[in-house]
Amino acid sequence: MNERIVEKLSSLGQDVVESSQEFRGDLTVALKTETIVSACMLLRDDPELAFDMLIDLTAVDRYRPEARFEVVYHLYSLKNRHYLSLKVHTNEDHPEVPSVTGVWPAANWHERETFDMFGIKFTGHPDMRRLYMPEEFEYYPLRKDFPLMGVPDSLPLPRR
Amino acid sequence: MAARSLDEPRRSQILAALEDQDTTVIVDDPLDNTMVLNMGPQHPATHGVLRLLIKLDGETVVAAVPELGYLHRGYEKIAENSSYHEFIPHTDRLDYLSPLSNNVAYVLAVEKLLGVEVPRRAQYIRVLICEMARIASHLVATGSMGMDVGALTVLLWTFREREKLLDIFDVLCGARFTTSYTRIGGLQQDWTAQTTAMLWQFLGEFDKNLDEVQSLLQTNRIFIDRCENVGYLSRENAIAWGLTGPPLKAAGVPRDLRRDVPYLVYHELDFDVITFTESDALARFYVRLAEMRESAKILKQALDKLPEGPYNAFAAKHVLPPKERTYTRMEELIHDFMLINLGINPPVGEVYQGVESSKGELGFYIVSDGTGQPWRMKIRSPSTCNLSVLPLMLKGGMLSDIVAVIGSMDPVMGEADK
Repeated sequence: MNERIVEKLSSLGQDVVESSQEFRGDLTVALKTETIVSACMLLRDDPELAFDMLIDLTAVDRYRPEARFEVVYHLYSLKNRHYLSLKVHTNEDHPEVPSVTGVWPAANWHERETFDMFGIKFTGHPDMRRLYMPEEFEYYPLRKDFPLMGVPDSLPLPRR
Repeated sequence: MAARSLDEPRRSQILAALEDQDTTVIVDDPLDNTMVLNMGPQHPATHGVLRLLIKLDGETVVAAVPELGYLHRGYEKIAENSSYHEFIPHTDRLDYLSPLSNNVAYVLAVEKLLGVEVPRRAQYIRVLICEMARIASHLVATGSMGMDVGALTVLLWTFREREKLLDIFDVLCGARFTTSYTRIGGLQQDWTAQTTAMLWQFLGEFDKNLDEVQSLLQTNRIFIDRCENVGYLSRENAIAWGLTGPPLKAAGVPRDLRRDVPYLVYHELDFDVITFTESDALARFYVRLAEMRESAKILKQALDKLPEGPYNAFAAKHVLPPKERTYTRMEELIHDFMLINLGINPPVGEVYQGVESSKGELGFYIVSDGTGQPWRMKIRSPSTCNLSVLPLMLKGGMLSDIVAVIGSMDPVMGEADK
């Protein structure tokens, strides 16, 4: 199954699949950032693979100069009962990744949460607001340079 | 009505005072017949601190926008700054109605990362506690859904049953809610003959008591009228929006990780995956009732099959040694010291492990950099994903349907807000 997935994704173009690895039986495929939407379309609509559910979407802050953020997608196929992880990366200066809300509407809140926590903008998202933190909060809490204790006075106290 | 007769400056003054500091609601024409209503976060029917902004045309919902974050505690940030063992008590506070299944889900993810195999007795005990947690959680869901639509007696009857389960948890691990019962590679303490006896006694009367609960509601005209054809969601939408658990099963999708991606020893146990096709609030209610019966079936089989043997894996570098040996042996004392101070240091890699909790798929995605603390941990909470379809379900319905729909989705905000 895992070989077929890599094979199909490679058919999209020469440099679409950057790398793929298996750890504890789970496949993770790193893709070129611009191709994520077309790759997701292919995985969803292909009758053999049929990854019809987006289970989770999140990001990892690698805290390195190049390609600081990784966005991770966890897909599930009801037909094959199979999980797949996809990965794209983006840099610190312009953290932008194409939105997959057009492929699975489930991505809506996941992408909002990722934006809230990491400041990664998902281009083409219909409602790019913060999910948990207040709108006027100007930091991104899950970035590695955000301190665990928080930033003093970053949130106003309730008005009396 | 009174506000209309007031003069203009006075009225704008009142509107400004009513305005919430956090959210600005722009009303183009205040005399238009649409109205914006704020529901929650302190509303008894929103099951915690869920906040809904509802736009109404008369009593019909035109649009609904859920607002989250009132219980956001930053658990993913805490996880990055604590060792793998230290995070176990935090999992109790995610879905606080079924803490035991959160404990199990978390340690399964860490064990997958480590590559540690747990003894069969521990696996059976984990199945037992997961199913007890599912019954306890579904009892609350059933009771509070009845209460939301006006049937208060049901809540008291289901809580009476749940109380018996909490007593078992108390004997099993010394806590009713904040159980923290699992450990990486095993359990905190063994299952005892006393818990077996208590569980058999509970199971002996459970089916009859559940029938009584069901008979209170299934012939209740008001309950049926308020739940039938309310909060409908199509099968296609349920899949595309990533719903899991009872809402997905009520939409006719037989997805259950216990059967589809087996973990623990579920493949050795016989149970059915419940599906309904109506996909309304009533169908979700029936899915939960039937799931409780299936869980009771699993519990009886697991009690019969419960093997003897150790309840902790033998892996000195990852699993905490038994306490009495730590106090008496040099080797175990060193390992205990190293595990507590430096952590379990799993290999570099990343894993995702999902389990079928009572609300849906609860998953942990852990990225390890080889040190004693996870580099990143993401909690895939089923309540968040299930809540994200609320705007679709509520649109076009009546104002009074909202409480029935929220009750049927059974969100727990501790988990949705993380």
